[in-house]
Amino acid sequence: MFAYYLELAFRSLRRSRALTALMILAVALGIGASMTTLTVLHVLSGDPLPERSGSIYMPRMDPRDLSHAEDTKLPVQVTWIDGMRLLKDRRADRQALMVGGTVPVQSDDQAMDPFIEHARYTTADFFPMFAVPFRYGQPWSDAEDESRAHVAVIGADLNARLFGGTNSVGRTIRANGADLRIIGVLDVWRPVPHFYDIYTGSFSGSEGVFVPLSTARALEMGRDGGISCWGEGSTAENEMERASCTWLQYWVQLDSAAHLEAYRRYLDGYAHEQAALGRFQRPQHPEVTGLLAFLEEQKVVPSDVRLQVWLALGFFVVCLVNTVGLMLAKFMRRAGEVGVRRALGASRRSVFAQLLTEAGLIGVAGGVGGLILAWAGLALVRRQPDAFARLAHLDLAMLVATLLLSVIATLIAGLLPAWRACSITPALQLKSQ
Amino acid sequence: MQIGPILSTLRRHRFTCTLLVLQIALTCAIVCNAVFLVRDRLAWMDTPSGVDEERLVRIEVGDIGIHTDMHARTLADLAALREIPGVEDATVANSVPFGDRSWNSGVGLQRDQHVSSLNTGNFYGERIGEVMGVQLAEGRWFRPDEYRWMDDVVSAKVKVAPSIILSKDAADRLFPDGHPIGRSVFVGDNEMRVVGVVKRLSRAGGGDRGQAAFSTMVPLREYPAMGAAFLLRVKPGEADRVLTAAAAKLRQLDPRRVVTGKQRYSDIRDAYFASDRAMAVLLVGVCIALLTVTALGIVGLASFWVGQRRRQIGVRRALGARRVDVLRYFQTENFLLASIGIGVGMVLAYGINLLLMWQYEVPRLPLVYLPAGAIILWLLGQAAVLAPALRAAAVPPVVATRG
Repeated sequence: MFAYYLELAFRSLRRSRALTALMILAVALGIGASMTTLTVLHVLSGDPLPERSGSIYMPRMDPRDLSHAEDTKLPVQVTWIDGMRLLKDRRADRQALMVGGTVPVQSDDQAMDPFIEHARYTTADFFPMFAVPFRYGQPWSDAEDESRAHVAVIGADLNARLFGGTNSVGRTIRANGADLRIIGVLDVWRPVPHFYDIYTGSFSGSEGVFVPLSTARALEMGRDGGISCWGEGSTAENEMERASCTWLQYWVQLDSAAHLEAYRRYLDGYAHEQAALGRFQRPQHPEVTGLLAFLEEQKVVPSDVRLQVWLALGFFVVCLVNTVGLMLAKFMRRAGEVGVRRALGASRRSVFAQLLTEAGLIGVAGGVGGLILAWAGLALVRRQPDAFARLAHLDLAMLVATLLLSVIATLIAGLLPAWRACSITPALQLKSQ
Repeated sequence: MQIGPILSTLRRHRFTCTLLVLQIALTCAIVCNAVFLVRDRLAWMDTPSGVDEERLVRIEVGDIGIHTDMHARTLADLAALREIPGVEDATVANSVPFGDRSWNSGVGLQRDQHVSSLNTGNFYGERIGEVMGVQLAEGRWFRPDEYRWMDDVVSAKVKVAPSIILSKDAADRLFPDGHPIGRSVFVGDNEMRVVGVVKRLSRAGGGDRGQAAFSTMVPLREYPAMGAAFLLRVKPGEADRVLTAAAAKLRQLDPRRVVTGKQRYSDIRDAYFASDRAMAVLLVGVCIALLTVTALGIVGLASFWVGQRRRQIGVRRALGARRVDVLRYFQTENFLLASIGIGVGMVLAYGINLLLMWQYEVPRLPLVYLPAGAIILWLLGQAAVLAPALRAAAVPPVVATRG
């Protein structure tokens, strides 16, 4: 029966080509626009660490003096003094203190000009805590952090650029004029958003060079990112370890609710101890913020992107209303045919089913058109200058969702016109013929 | 015109009419808001920087290793850059208006003020105002003896000279009485005296549009590090040539140096507003698509109605109606439907605007957008219905007699 309805639908759609094309176009435009913007939103609001975002936290406290009284938000970075103390106390399952930077990299290959590479100066737990994938070698250990070892882990892109993608463990890289021994090479790793340091770009790629924090500080490697100072805060690079400035990111891994609770108590104790010592001057309400809550709070998804989604959905609604109107016109035009079929004994239900098949067919065609438009739309988005734009790709889930959405939306749009068309009294239609 | 008969006919197509009205209303509401957002973005993209945009170029360099003689090296670099034909002046600046790195601080009117009066963007660099072509409104520029090296100040070797230049907007906000020159402001614990006011100087970095013009200059010499870069003022039309020559010269002076960026000022400005431009283009695209879809929808429905009423039209014609009467009939019908749609649409437009104001800090929709939107949709409706209406007018009276 369905095959027969499908054939009827095909025939009917072919009969009024312009109207059919118009309906398909409207559905395709609405679907295309919606899926393009939804894909961008889906990519940007993704979870950077889907497997373990639930156990990654940012401990936050307020070390500032009273001069920033208007700012009641807790800082998202820590001072060197606090960061080092929390790190050494080792109260979390894993912990890492870090800051971004840029280093000039020189190749042994004399033909290659030196170039500037983004770097991250961090401590050993960074890699296991964020489940960073390694292609060759391994991360450094606490011992290397302690001894300021001249070692580095490099990213996949830099490894390709310097060593043609071969196993470069054991070779050296010349960064900021110092020779570092490569002990690990990462696999492709691009957390989106760049959650662990939003000051170096929310959607920037991962860094190319990773160096132990202590080593980078000893070698005076260029620091980069946000810094906020107060009081006698000095931004002289060699003073940063003592400065009253927050400039480092500190993240911890807490594997259970009990650990989280214990860590909260520990941080609370630390902050109040510092306040009692007079180092912290403001009332202390420290917080341990979960990764996803942090991204939400920092509004890393640009508000323009959400606005675009609403715009596209509004557009889609207009397109659907348009389709309902056109479908109604189309079905009503066939009132005569429906009358004949009903008079010949077709049940109201079978007429209804046949008309809905027609609507579904328009939905499928519109969905395919919408996919093509979304694909083209995303290609356009990727040409935009925003850092996040390059990430926008259709994945399988979105592809299936697009087709389903299109068919369901068109079926719903077809319900009313189909019902109106099949509730025609056959006798009246036959008479007017 | 015969509005009464039209209305009673439309009542028989209540459902179709509702759909058409709904579509026009939604389109009207979305287009009004989208056009308003586009205007808003375009106005923001036109924000003046206050600098001589055509004649500024910036070169960023990265140094390899550590140097102790940065002051002498920087002065030598600048002297060499000024020698290049086409270069009028050169300095090292921490930032430029609409640049991607910003230095900010709170400015107060009293010592130990807990909440600062104003947050400003700060510009550092020897004679940065003169090099950028900023225009002095009153007071004076810094004297050569007032400049200190940034790193010496930061490491507390010397104190910064207690002089500050404010942008006009910052000065007006801090001193509403209009007499800023010679008055004191506090930046951190430093008391600074206002020696000059510049007409306009936009700050760098993101942040609030309303604060875009709050900026200060402090007499500090910079060297290229921590985002500070060479800033050159060039003769008209020489920007590209100078950039190439200057980059080559800098490499020649120190082969171990890496030139990490060469930009004309317009490139910096374009990059800053790039996402606003993209958004504006997108909104315009959506408006065109919406209007097209709505127009096609009207054509489709009107054609259907004409087809359905062929006999009715034929009867009217046979009874003496002229072609133009039939044409008018369909035009009036569309005008009525469009008007209802526009009425609903205006309420919707205002509602959407309220939502946007609440969610996305969009300004209030000026009322003038509503009649403008109405006119657009009336015209669109009339244009869309014209072809079907002409076809209706062409129906011969003899149709009335056919079965």
